[in-house]
Order: sequence, then structure tokens, then C-alpha cells
Amino acid sequence: MIASTLPLFVALPLITAGLLIVFGDRPLLHRLTLFTILGASLLGGIVLILEFVDGGALAHGVGMWPVGIAIPFVADMFTALMLVVTGTLTIVCAAFAYVSQQGSNRFFAPLILALTAGVNGALLTADLFNLFVFIEVMLLPSYALFFLAPSGKAPLRRIAGARLYVTLNLLTSTIFLVGVGFVYGTAGTVNMAELAGLAKENGAVAFAVALCLFALSIKAAAVPVHGWLARAYPTTSPAITALFSGLHTKVAIYGIYRIYAVIFDGDATYLWVGVLLFCLTMVLGVFGAVGENTTRSILAFHMVSQIGYILLGVALFTELGLTAGIFYLLHHMIVKASLFLSTGAIEVRYGSGQLGSVTGMLKKEPWIAATFFIAALSLAGIPPFSGFVAKLSLIMASIDAGQVAAAVVMVLVSLVTLLSMLKIWSGVFWTKHKANPSLDDADPTTFAAIPALETPSSDSDTATVVATRPRIGLALAAPSMVLALITICLGLGGELLLGLAETAAAGLLDTSFYIQAVMGS
Amino acid sequence: MTLAITAGILVAGAVYLLLKPEMLRIILGFVLLSHAANLIIMAAGNSSRREEPFGTFTDLTNAADPLPQAFVLTAIVIAFSITVLMLVLAVTGKNDDNTSVSPPTDADDAAPQATDDAAATTPGDDAATAPTTTQEPTS
Repeated sequence: MIASTLPLFVALPLITAGLLIVFGDRPLLHRLTLFTILGASLLGGIVLILEFVDGGALAHGVGMWPVGIAIPFVADMFTALMLVVTGTLTIVCAAFAYVSQQGSNRFFAPLILALTAGVNGALLTADLFNLFVFIEVMLLPSYALFFLAPSGKAPLRRIAGARLYVTLNLLTSTIFLVGVGFVYGTAGTVNMAELAGLAKENGAVAFAVALCLFALSIKAAAVPVHGWLARAYPTTSPAITALFSGLHTKVAIYGIYRIYAVIFDGDATYLWVGVLLFCLTMVLGVFGAVGENTTRSILAFHMVSQIGYILLGVALFTELGLTAGIFYLLHHMIVKASLFLSTGAIEVRYGSGQLGSVTGMLKKEPWIAATFFIAALSLAGIPPFSGFVAKLSLIMASIDAGQVAAAVVMVLVSLVTLLSMLKIWSGVFWTKHKANPSLDDADPTTFAAIPALETPSSDSDTATVVATRPRIGLALAAPSMVLALITICLGLGGELLLGLAETAAAGLLDTSFYIQAVMGS
Repeated sequence: MTLAITAGILVAGAVYLLLKPEMLRIILGFVLLSHAANLIIMAAGNSSRREEPFGTFTDLTNAADPLPQAFVLTAIVIAFSITVLMLVLAVTGKNDDNTSVSPPTDADDAAPQATDDAAATTPGDDAATAPTTTQEPTS
């Protein structure tokens, strides 16, 4: 693949987004174009993976300007893997949004395309300032998507959620921007290849880059700056929650991996801070999840815990640790989106995601139940799903790096993970549907989750849900099923992705290919 | 030094406003904060020992660094567009000062139909905000 095609990953979706607005409200045209462009982006990612099977990197400075002035795009195995998984998730979530009528707004397709441009750009850029710009390009459509709804159907609660989301992201972006300013002031450049290793030698640069990393970890929702995620994400629509969970926090995590590998050159002095904070992230996130009582807020809080796992890979900074971290990142994006989409399908058809107000889904929606079950077990790390491979390799990596305490924390948190998944399982799927829900509270055999669900207001709602015929059609169930299928494949054929992740990790440990590619572009 | 002090004062004012409960004050706080960020970037271009980029300069080493100015230009546009969006969010809905997310267990989650009449004010915001945000990346 020619390096000069890399900017197309950004240019194509962006131009199409503009054109779709010009051509106005034509639903069929919008859908066709959206999926064509997303498919092309995904295909490009796959081509890049094939390109980098033996390592290496490709870079292109837009307009052939000299290094430091040009807008640099660079791709290696890590980028390619991320491009493929984010592309898959965008396609799947867009399909879900269309089926659930969430995508019926005329601005939906252009916004998704602009979002894709931002995500691809943030993954491909080799320049800190451009990273800021692309994250903004990614966030601006997200703000609109956050409260986008079929005309007039958005609940007011979503506006409050959007206020929190926009405010937090603006604050974070400003912090990142100040960090970039400091980097330029101390190092005289913001090009990652020119900055390579500088933070290890120069304390002032290290501080400046640390500010950028701090901003990225707010976006990634690591403890102690995680509070926004569990409050903001459940307020938007299910399709968008799934999409954001797969893209936004993960782009920030990608940024942390990349910046620490290139600019800090994996400096071992600061790694203990990461190990400590990310172990805390795992523990606090999972306990927060157990305390919630709607499906999406449990899953969102739970994401915080999983982010701890993913970031532990970079805090270990060994080849094994980075490989496991990257594998975990890719696995998590797929599984989490699957969970959000399967519970989202129930929320769309039955009108509520609250535990206890929708019950007996195992009988009524066996397919959705099976999908949720697979994804939940994968998340908890039960074989033969991808979560097992991810967790096992991460635990082995941390023991290998001498962080036995971190390994113990991981195993314990896994158990609580299973508990929080069981809470959804027992609350939504397993509980038998009863005509009189008030009996539930008195029933001693039901799970402990039930007494917390005294919501008399929703009783009338529950009473109407008596249909035995599945209400969730194949089209609505398919997105989460596809993702669940991927987690099974990745679990059984984990060797393949582990090999690719190892190549990606090698690219982070030895950044010379990356630097040479950027400097030579 | 002047730049540093100005940025410091702006940040202090911004933090004070951000801690206030009302959305409008928070927005004003962000206006101050983004100005402070822009001044910091300007300062990063070594403005203390350099002169203006146009007009009287003779020596390129003394001319102001154009790169931070390009950064600031980009950052201003982004901050401006988000400020507009936040202003729209501030006036949308009944309770214009509510920045807290009500717990997801409240009634409108269990029965989305019930909020339809309450949400009748929102079509205006869809129409008003979506173009603002979509134009931004393409420009």
C-alpha cells in the first residue's frame, strides 16, 4: 500500500459527510454511502494489517512539506489493528442505530462519517497538535450524536447528560492543548518522531507530555478522573452508548500507549505510578458497577474497571505486557459493544433498561440472552472466549514483570466482574416474569439484586409486557450477535490475534521503524 | 512575564467560574480558560525575545514563530464552536441551570413516552445544533 493513501482515511469520510449534507434528506442514499465509506475504511485497515505482518511502518507528510511542518500520517501494526476494530464497531453500531430508528435523523449519516474521520485521524497522526485537532473532530459530531433522536423524541435527561459530557470534554481538551503548548515551549516541536525519547532525557519535556497524558487519561476514564463516564454514557441512546464505548475512550488509550512508547521511550521510572493507579481503577470501577441498578449504568461503570486492565499493559511496558494490553484493548472494544447492543436491543423494544422492570428475557428472547451470556462470560474471562486469552496473558505478563500484587488484584476483580454480570443476568434474563411484581420482593429465592428494585412507578409498565412472542427481530439482534461471534472466534483462534498484537507491541518497544518512517516522509 | 501573569489571572477567574453551579457561568469560565490556553501557546513561541512577524523585521531569527500562531488560530475556532453548542445546551430544556444528571432510575427512563410532551421543546435544538457541529470539521 502506498503511504500517500493514508490521508484518505480521513479525507474520504470527511468529504462524503459534507456532500451528504448538500444532497439533503435521502435516506437510501445516506445509508448506502455511509456503509460504503465505512466498508472502504475497514478494508483499508485490513490491507494495512497484511502490510505490517512482519513489522515496519508507513508514513506520509501531507503536501510533501518538510518534517515538522507537514501534517504527518503514520501507520504501523497497532494503528492498523485499531483501524479494523473501530471500523467494525462503527458499521455494527450504525446498523443497530438504523434498525432501532435512532438513525432516522437526516444528520445521522454525515455525523457518523465525520466521527469516523476524527477517529481515523487520531489513530494515524504523528503530531501532538494534530492529535488534539483530530480528537476535536471526533468529539464535535459526538456532541450532536449524543442527543440526536428521531424528531422530538429525545428525553430531557439526555440534555443534562450532554451538558456534563460537553463540559468535561472541553475542559479535558483545554488541558491537552495547554500540554501541547508546554511541549512546544520546552522541546520546540510537537512532532512525535522528533520528540522521541526526549521526555526520558529532559524533565521539563516529561512534565509537559505528562500533562497531555493526564488529559488523555481523563478521556480514557482512569481513576481518579473516571466519574464522568458512568454518569454521562447511560443518558444517551443505546446505539450511541455502544459506539462511544468502543471509540472514544479507546482512542485516548491508544494515545497513551503511543505517547508513552515514543516520547517517554518506555521510561521505567514512572511505571509504578501507572501500576498503582490502574489497579485502583480496576477495583473502584468494578465495585461501582455492582452498586448500579440499570443495565447500561452497570456496563458503563464496569468499563472503568476494564480500562484499568487495558492500561496495565502499558504500565508494565514489557513485550508480554504490551502484547496482552493490546489484545485486551481489542477484545474489550468488541465485547463491551456487544453487551451494550444486546441490552440496548431489550431497552429499545421493552422501553426500559432498569433491572426488575423488564424480566424473564431468557424465555422471551432466547437469542439475545445467549448473546449476552457469551459476551458477559467473555468479559469475566471464562474460556473459551477471547476474555480468557486476554486476562490470562495479562496476568502472566504481570507476574513475569514482578507485579504479583497486580496479578492478584486482577483475579479478584474478575470474580466481582462475574458478580456484576450476574446482577444483570438475574435481574433481566433469569427472573421469571410475574403478573404481580410486588411478589418479587417477598420471594426469598430470588437474587439479592431484587430488593433494590422497588419501583412502583414501573409496575404498570411491567404488567403490559406479557407477550411471549419475541419482540426483538433478527435485524436488531444481529449486531450484538456478530460481535459475540467475533469474541468466540478470537477465543478459539486467539493465537492469530496474539501474534498480530505481538508485532504491534514490538513496534512500541522498538520505535525506530516508526521514527524513521515519519522522518523520511 | 506579562503573558504568564495574564494567563494565571485568566485561569484563576476560570476556575472560580467553573465551580459555580450555573451553566452560563461555566461557559464564561471556559471562555476565560480557552483564552488562557491560547496565551500559553503564544508564550511557547518564545514571544519574549522575538518581534512581530510582519513589517519592520530584517532577521528571520528575530521574527515571531508562526507555528504557535497557527495553533492558536485552530484552537480559537474549535473553542468558539463548542462555546456556541454549550450556549444552546444551556437554554434547552426546562431547567436551564441543571448540570447534574438525574439518576437513571427516574420515571422518564422507565417510560420514555411519558416525557414526549416535556421533550417537545427539543426539536428546535436538533435543528439548531446539528448543523453547527457538522460544518466545523468540514471547514
